[in-house]
Amino acid sequence: MSTPAIQIDDLTKVYKVGETAVHALRGISYKVESGEFLAIMGPSGSGKSTLMNIIGCLDRPTTGQYLLEGEEVSTFDRDKLARIRNQKIGFVFQTFNLLPRTSALENAELPLLYSSHINSKQRRELALKALESVGLKDRAHHKTNQLSGGEQQRIAIARALLNSPSLILADEPTGNLDTKTSAEIMEIFTRLNEDKKITLVMVTHEPDIACYAKKRIYMRDGKIIREEKGREGCEDQAR
Amino acid sequence: MNILRTSRVALRALGRNKMRSFLTALGIIIGVGAVISMVSIGEGAKRGVEDRFASMGTNLLFVSPGSRSSHGVHSGSGGFNTLKPEDATAIETQCDAVKYTSPSASTRAQVVYGNKNWSTSIQGTGAMYPEVRNWELDQGTYFDEGHVRTAAKVCVLGSEVKKSLFEGEDAIGKIIRVKAIPFRVIGVFKSKGESGGWFNRDDMMTVPYTTVMKRLTGQEYISSIDISAVSSARTKEAQTQIEELMRVRHKIAPGAEDDFQVRNMSEIAEGAAQATQIMTILLGSIASISLLVGGIGIMNIMLVSVTERIREIGIRMAVGARQKDILLQFLTEAIVLSVLGGLIGVFFGIGLSKILHYIKIFSEFKTTVSPSSIIMAFAFSASVGIFFGFYPARKASRLDPIEALRYE
Ligand SMILES: Nc1ncnc2c1ncn2[C@@H]1O[C@H](COP(=O)(O)OP(=O)(O)OP(=O)(O)O)[C@@H](O)[C@H]1O
Ligand SMILES: [Mg+2]
Repeated sequence: MSTPAIQIDDLTKVYKVGETAVHALRGISYKVESGEFLAIMGPSGSGKSTLMNIIGCLDRPTTGQYLLEGEEVSTFDRDKLARIRNQKIGFVFQTFNLLPRTSALENAELPLLYSSHINSKQRRELALKALESVGLKDRAHHKTNQLSGGEQQRIAIARALLNSPSLILADEPTGNLDTKTSAEIMEIFTRLNEDKKITLVMVTHEPDIACYAKKRIYMRDGKIIREEKGREGCEDQAR
Repeated sequence: MNILRTSRVALRALGRNKMRSFLTALGIIIGVGAVISMVSIGEGAKRGVEDRFASMGTNLLFVSPGSRSSHGVHSGSGGFNTLKPEDATAIETQCDAVKYTSPSASTRAQVVYGNKNWSTSIQGTGAMYPEVRNWELDQGTYFDEGHVRTAAKVCVLGSEVKKSLFEGEDAIGKIIRVKAIPFRVIGVFKSKGESGGWFNRDDMMTVPYTTVMKRLTGQEYISSIDISAVSSARTKEAQTQIEELMRVRHKIAPGAEDDFQVRNMSEIAEGAAQATQIMTILLGSIASISLLVGGIGIMNIMLVSVTERIREIGIRMAVGARQKDILLQFLTEAIVLSVLGGLIGVFFGIGLSKILHYIKIFSEFKTTVSPSSIIMAFAFSASVGIFFGFYPARKASRLDPIEALRYE
């Protein structure tokens, strides 16, 4: 079998707030194979975002091991982590996190600004192609604040796709969207996962959204308490 | 990220807030403009002084009483009254590097013509004064040795005096009164074209030095001797010859202090130029303060900008910007602001110094914008950008990506 996309072993994360220590993660071990689509669920404060940040190389665990495509990244310094984020990971956030007063195109090409060997013409082409793949080519020159939430999230997906990452992480990507727009976004994710074989990890509170994923894990108090596969637990969902 | 890409990102960011960027740059514009125009005034003054001295002739020497010694206390009473007209004659005849001499004795007095009067400087000179001082006559003739010998009551007017007393009227042959003594005007000097009260050589008149001594002041000694060397190249030689001769004539023992001093024009010009140099430095430093204030303005705005854009910084970090990239981005913004400000400031400064030239009190000096002051102001403004931009930029680059992304 090939190396798993993500392999974490006994991961803990402790936040120190003044005198007290907050145990956000209490020993998490899990493995995500390349090309999988995983949803993480659980009550608020259970440590989902904390886990996502570590998987996304935005943060480092307090203890434990994290192998990203076989590479031990939990010991990397800031700049090395930035490199990994740039080359291997695409992020999609609940609040879109686009640059305000900036065109869709400029937002989409942002990751390429920080990777060398690409000139501005190639950068534009790649950004336009990514916008096209999320159906927003005609909005390329619109400023982000002139776009709807769904459109903004699609630009964020285009941006996440730009460096052809092997892993896309989405923290509540549909949290700020209505049902119809959420479905559109999930269609895009499903397509990326099935056609391009991109590994997808998504946090969500909504069971119907979670059912787009082929695997679901449930967290509580910084631990994984349950795992579901396929349509298990989705029988009552409309799809 | 390479420099070109970084500056483009910086320009775009600054363009998003044009008014603020302009106001921030304005501090630098004014600072650089002030430095350049102030230094140009100083340089102009220096150039003006140098030109003025050069026009007096670089082969000019002066002998004056009193020693050169730095303690400057002169022994005996009347320590200053040591020069006699005979010294001048001796110098002219015995020093072969000397061409002409003109003894000098001067006073100030009221000059009256008809119902007009004018207070001016009355210079007693020898007959060779115009040659020594490199000064031409506009009308009439200068007085000759005969006039000097007889202490004749004749005078030559500076153009300003002529204008004040006679206006358009012809002055030659007219009688004017100085201390109730009638003087016949026999010549008028060509104007030196100097306006204003500062060292104005058109506001004076000359009479034979003997006339000043015998008729106006009653003094027995002359106050100095103006001397021209045969050429500029032989000025130093003339100075040595004069010193040797004077020591003999005044019976000064070897090692004893001289009771006279010989100075040449270039020495005097140097001293004056040094004084204006100090003025230039002073003006420049005062103007630099405004550049400093402009720099603080940049730092202030950059700090505000970093706080406003914490979210943006988080986004950039999330997609792979390293600390170095963020640092460079904000530093570049500060540098672009200050360099653009500096560039506009250079033109502003050049314009300002041109305008200052038309303002009366500065009109004497041609303001000259030197390339060195431009380069200096520009380099200074760029370093202001780097210096004051660094702290906010470092602050931005040290943000934690997650906290920056969550920042409301
Ligand atoms: N920077 C921090 N400093 C201190 N405590 C933190 C920090 N970030 C998270 N925590 C704590 O860690 C725990 C897990 O937080 P996390 O954000 O991972 O929860 P979550 O599962 O994503 O919740 P939600 O569904 O509301 O987004 C919480 O108790 C939270 O208060
Ligand atoms: Mg969360």
